[in-house]
Amino acid sequence: MSTPAEALLPSEAPFWKRALYWITHLLQTQWRRLVLYVPFAWLLFFFLAPFFFVLKISLAETTIASPPYTPMIEWIDEGVMHVRLVIDNFAYLWEDDLYVNTYLNSIKISSISTILCLLIGYPIAYAIVRSNHTTKHILLMLIILPFWTSFLLRVYAWMGILADQGLINDFIKWLGFEPIRLLYTHTAVYIGIVYTYVPFMILPLYANMEKLDWELLEAAADLGAKPMTTFLTVTLPMTAPGILAGSLLVFIPATGEYVIPDLLGGGNVLMIGRVLYNEFNANIDWPVASAVAIALLLVLVLPMMLYQHVQGKETEGK
Amino acid sequence: MAAAPDYTDRPWMDPDAEPFIKVQSVSKHFGDFTAVDSVDLEIFKGELFCLLGASGCGKSTLLRMLAGFETPSSGSIVIDGQNMNDVPPYERPVNMMFQSYALFPHMTVEKNVAYGLRRDGVAGDEIRQRVEDMLSMVELSQFARRKPHQLSGGQKQRVALARSLIKQPKVLLLDEPLGALDKRLRDQTQYELMNIQERLGVTFVVVTHDQEEAMTLSTRIAIMDAGRFMQIGTPTEIYEFPNSRVVANFIGNANMFAGRIIENGPDHVIVESKQPDCEFYIDHGMSIPEGTKVWVALRPEKVHISKEPAGDGKTNTIKGMVHDIGYLGGSSTYRVQIGGGELVEITSPNQQRPKEAKPPIDWDEEVYLSWEPSSSVVLTK
Repeated sequence: MSTPAEALLPSEAPFWKRALYWITHLLQTQWRRLVLYVPFAWLLFFFLAPFFFVLKISLAETTIASPPYTPMIEWIDEGVMHVRLVIDNFAYLWEDDLYVNTYLNSIKISSISTILCLLIGYPIAYAIVRSNHTTKHILLMLIILPFWTSFLLRVYAWMGILADQGLINDFIKWLGFEPIRLLYTHTAVYIGIVYTYVPFMILPLYANMEKLDWELLEAAADLGAKPMTTFLTVTLPMTAPGILAGSLLVFIPATGEYVIPDLLGGGNVLMIGRVLYNEFNANIDWPVASAVAIALLLVLVLPMMLYQHVQGKETEGK
Repeated sequence: MAAAPDYTDRPWMDPDAEPFIKVQSVSKHFGDFTAVDSVDLEIFKGELFCLLGASGCGKSTLLRMLAGFETPSSGSIVIDGQNMNDVPPYERPVNMMFQSYALFPHMTVEKNVAYGLRRDGVAGDEIRQRVEDMLSMVELSQFARRKPHQLSGGQKQRVALARSLIKQPKVLLLDEPLGALDKRLRDQTQYELMNIQERLGVTFVVVTHDQEEAMTLSTRIAIMDAGRFMQIGTPTEIYEFPNSRVVANFIGNANMFAGRIIENGPDHVIVESKQPDCEFYIDHGMSIPEGTKVWVALRPEKVHISKEPAGDGKTNTIKGMVHDIGYLGGSSTYRVQIGGGELVEITSPNQQRPKEAKPPIDWDEEVYLSWEPSSSVVLTK
């Protein structure tokens, strides 16, 4: 089969003319695919490439050099390529209890935080959707407002609130009770994570509930369902995609969270983000740090794939 | 002794019948807006009652108050002897078929239909049997495992009907039940709906804005406008004896003439009209004093059109000129310009094919319109 340019323009036509014609033709017929290729190329370059760098480092050994790891490919003599892949780093993660425990602890903290965010976020999203036009916009604005201040600043503010001489303890003392320790505890980390990530739960839930057909709830009531039954049999299944989306948006970044456990948990709360930071900066062990990052990615990719799978089924059903 | 009259098909005529649904001076306000304005209504068991009106007239609000989705601002609703004011929707003996059908998208047809029974804690075997029976009644048995989005509009409508009927409600509320269907399907479904209603003996309350639908379906119609009832009656009563100009114009077409009562005898009334210059002789007495300003409504199909003058040329007849002819096949619609320039509409059946000997009425021809003494209706408002 000849290309359209050859078919329609004589081959003696100038090259630029044929090229231009060909490009126009490509844009006209293949634009759907081209539109897909642009974000694909973006992801390939800015996401996949750095990932492969990290993967490469995770398979190297640490040395005192710059950069502080051994190269993957070395040329010995003429034409002999020496590829070195060290899986010791991953084995080390598995053998040392510190890492396994930190992963488990991170997942535990982010799981509990996700559930707390859901319990807090669901009624808020519901209330926003059910409120009138003006109130709705004000409430949504209030949810988004904190993003306009630096995240770091807001965590520091929480330190001030939770500290031994902080706002909460001042109040407790004013009431005449013994002050309690809040800062540098698990509680402080939970407060910080839930506070930070609750909007990420509310917004997808809001988007999902906004599309909910409220007549379905009336239909359920009409058929004899009490409010609680209506919620369980209609509202909850209809908002499940929103719950899943919100939960993943909270769970994934919360697992790798570094700033909150570092500032609010101090040395008492082990989370994988802090370990990662220490390996890179304190130990200057880039290969182990990279292995920690890759392992974290695997831990997080699994639920993502689960989500994709469920979503795929969902869209198939529609 | 005269035999007791039979009220089976018209319970509203029976002085001893107890109404099944009683709406007593019910109002509903939304802020400053009055959706339903102190209405009274009695609906009897087994009726197919239509609330007819343009959108925003309050008919849907009234229906939603019957279902329990809205509470009356004042007044009370009694269904089967029980005051419904404090009864939530899930405890009312009524079910509703929604205009949008409101089928649960995440459930199969089967599960949708079974939903109401499951809420009542009916045993699994019985649910299965009743769902099966109901689906076969609406001819959807082979679609039991489908999800709503896999059904056509007509099929969804039948699922909605099955789901609202399965609990054998005392009253079924239908909100524009045929609104989302195309014309052909609507005509067919209309009769199916009547058959089902007759077979099950359930009281139907239907909200619609389609007068043709209301006329075909209902035992009685309530015409609503601005939150009030304009007239309540059988389709025939409302069509033949509208009580106001609004009703006469809302149901079908009517030619309206302003006039004054000049003679009020025991068995007849004469209305004199200046525009057109004619006298309307009506063959029944009325309790309206002579001299009262009234309107006379004349249905298009009750007027005869002819090229020959009829009667005395003044009583129940007008001379005019054909302005427009609309040939509809089975009938023709003529618009005839009369004295003052206004147009009178006449519908005349085409019983015979046009013949050479008797050519049909043509444009710009002079014609005479006439009608029977019983055909016109005198309206005071």
